[in-house]
Amino acid sequence: MMNTLLKLHDVHTHIGQYHILQGVNFEAMEGQVSVLLGRNGAGKTTTLKTIMGLTPASQGDVQFQMQSIKKSPTHKVAKLGIGYVPENQGIFSDLTVEENMKVAMRKEDTAAMERQQYVLELFPDLKKFWKKAGGHLSGGQKQMLSMARAFINDSQLILIDEPSKGLAPIVVEKVMEAIVEMKKQTSIVLVEQNFMMASRIGDTYTLIDDGKTVHSGNMKELIQNEELKRKYLGIG
Amino acid sequence: MELIVNLVINGLATGMLIFLLAAGLTLIFGLMDVLNFAHGGLFVWGAYAGIFTYMYTESFLIGIIGALVAGAILGLLTEKFIITPVYGNHIQQILITLGLMLVLQEMIKVVFGPNGVSVKTPSYLAGSWEFGDVIIIKYRLFIIVVGFVIFGIFQYMLKRTKIGLIVRAGVQDKEMAQALGIHIKQVFLYVFMVGATLAALSGMLMAPYSGVIYAEMGMEYAILGFIVVVIGGMGSFSGSLLAAILVGLAGSFMAYYVPVLSLAVNMILMAIVLIFRPQGLFTIGKERST
Ligand SMILES: Nc1ncnc2c1ncn2[C@@H]1O[C@H](COP(=O)(O)OP(=O)(O)OP(=O)(O)O)[C@@H](O)[C@H]1O
Ligand SMILES: [Mg+2]
Repeated sequence: MMNTLLKLHDVHTHIGQYHILQGVNFEAMEGQVSVLLGRNGAGKTTTLKTIMGLTPASQGDVQFQMQSIKKSPTHKVAKLGIGYVPENQGIFSDLTVEENMKVAMRKEDTAAMERQQYVLELFPDLKKFWKKAGGHLSGGQKQMLSMARAFINDSQLILIDEPSKGLAPIVVEKVMEAIVEMKKQTSIVLVEQNFMMASRIGDTYTLIDDGKTVHSGNMKELIQNEELKRKYLGIG
Repeated sequence: MELIVNLVINGLATGMLIFLLAAGLTLIFGLMDVLNFAHGGLFVWGAYAGIFTYMYTESFLIGIIGALVAGAILGLLTEKFIITPVYGNHIQQILITLGLMLVLQEMIKVVFGPNGVSVKTPSYLAGSWEFGDVIIIKYRLFIIVVGFVIFGIFQYMLKRTKIGLIVRAGVQDKEMAQALGIHIKQVFLYVFMVGATLAALSGMLMAPYSGVIYAEMGMEYAILGFIVVVIGGMGSFSGSLLAAILVGLAGSFMAYYVPVLSLAVNMILMAIVLIFRPQGLFTIGKERST
């Protein structure tokens, strides 16, 4: 049996005068990789930001573990157990890799140290550049640091925004392996344009278009549905 | 030689007092992106609250504590009621904090009377040591030591502690800091209070140095503080120390050698820096908040 971890119901979000999300419905199940798909400007990033409370929903509801977090400030959402890996990775460039990890670590107990050990094995590059300034890392290394940082706090759910963006295929492969590995310990919401990647690691999909959910289901169904893929993703 | 030593000590002492004032400004600007023109008001309230506590208790140390408490309370109230509504809007910040500056200045006259108050240096810090022709005034040395100690404490806090990490992370990316579970509004409040406390301390230490306190002193020194922040680079902590020492030394040497220029020298320094290095001696981004 599988539990719903996160649920967005008819979510609307305004940024300034713009009505960006106009009815997003989305569910993420425990232990799964739930993928958000849609063309550029569809509202995928805004959906993640709305979950985090960075651009709060103006209508509808966002529930995490059956509790509404629609009105929770961002830091509370994070503390409830949602990690965030933003589109631009959000690395503190003046802080070293070590300091980036440290600032993220809310409790420095043995469990956190064990998780740190685990992510360093997952991303050996981080260990290698432990004392290097975040701003001097390569794109791929920043991506790994950002994912490691989100993982360090025993989050039940990690939101990852386009991790493959701008990375060489071989690095994309590494990031993918890491997500599959992380999935063993946490649930994941993934925004991904790279359909090859999305379809290989995603369990379910939700299609967003023009700020609205237009389709959702099992990833396997989408892989076979040429029409949906052509219409909303421009592929196939 | 003796003359040089004396001028240097004078310059350093003045520089340290300006540094304490500028350090608060630059912290508040660097982390919160807030232009606080009421900083001079916190400075003068620190001086009055501290000195009156000192006169009443006859303990300079308790006086300093009084100044710190006044700074922290005023900082708390200012952030909560004046700054919170104007985050992100520099024009509104300038207008409302300038208004507060004037209110704080006039309130001094209402509460403590319109006339200046003369201040005595506590006996154990009064007088001087003489080494040949070199005269070291104890209180000036005291200010220099306090300035370096505070600089050291803050450098250590910013570079080596978790709190420092959180502040530096918040300076660089507020949204991401929050997404990692940091309550940035609270961090802002604390930083503002610390900045206000530094301003109050600066005012308190300035009092025996200048021998008199008066309501308008806040505005006068705040201008020096702003010049230092501009020269040092907005948001740079060590830049502020360097610029403050520079301003202090320039003032002290000019007052002796070219007295007519002694008031203009700071403006000239600032103009030169703005022409050749408009971002200040230390740039935000590379050296931010360090
Ligand atoms: N701060 C903002 N102000 C105004 N409009 C915004 C803002 N942020 C996003 N938008 C608009 O909202 C829409 C959705 O943006 P969003 O970044 O969520 O899209 P996305 O699906 O993540 O796109 P991409 O695949 O290009 O990352 C876009 O039309 C964008 O222009
Ligand atoms: Mg996006």
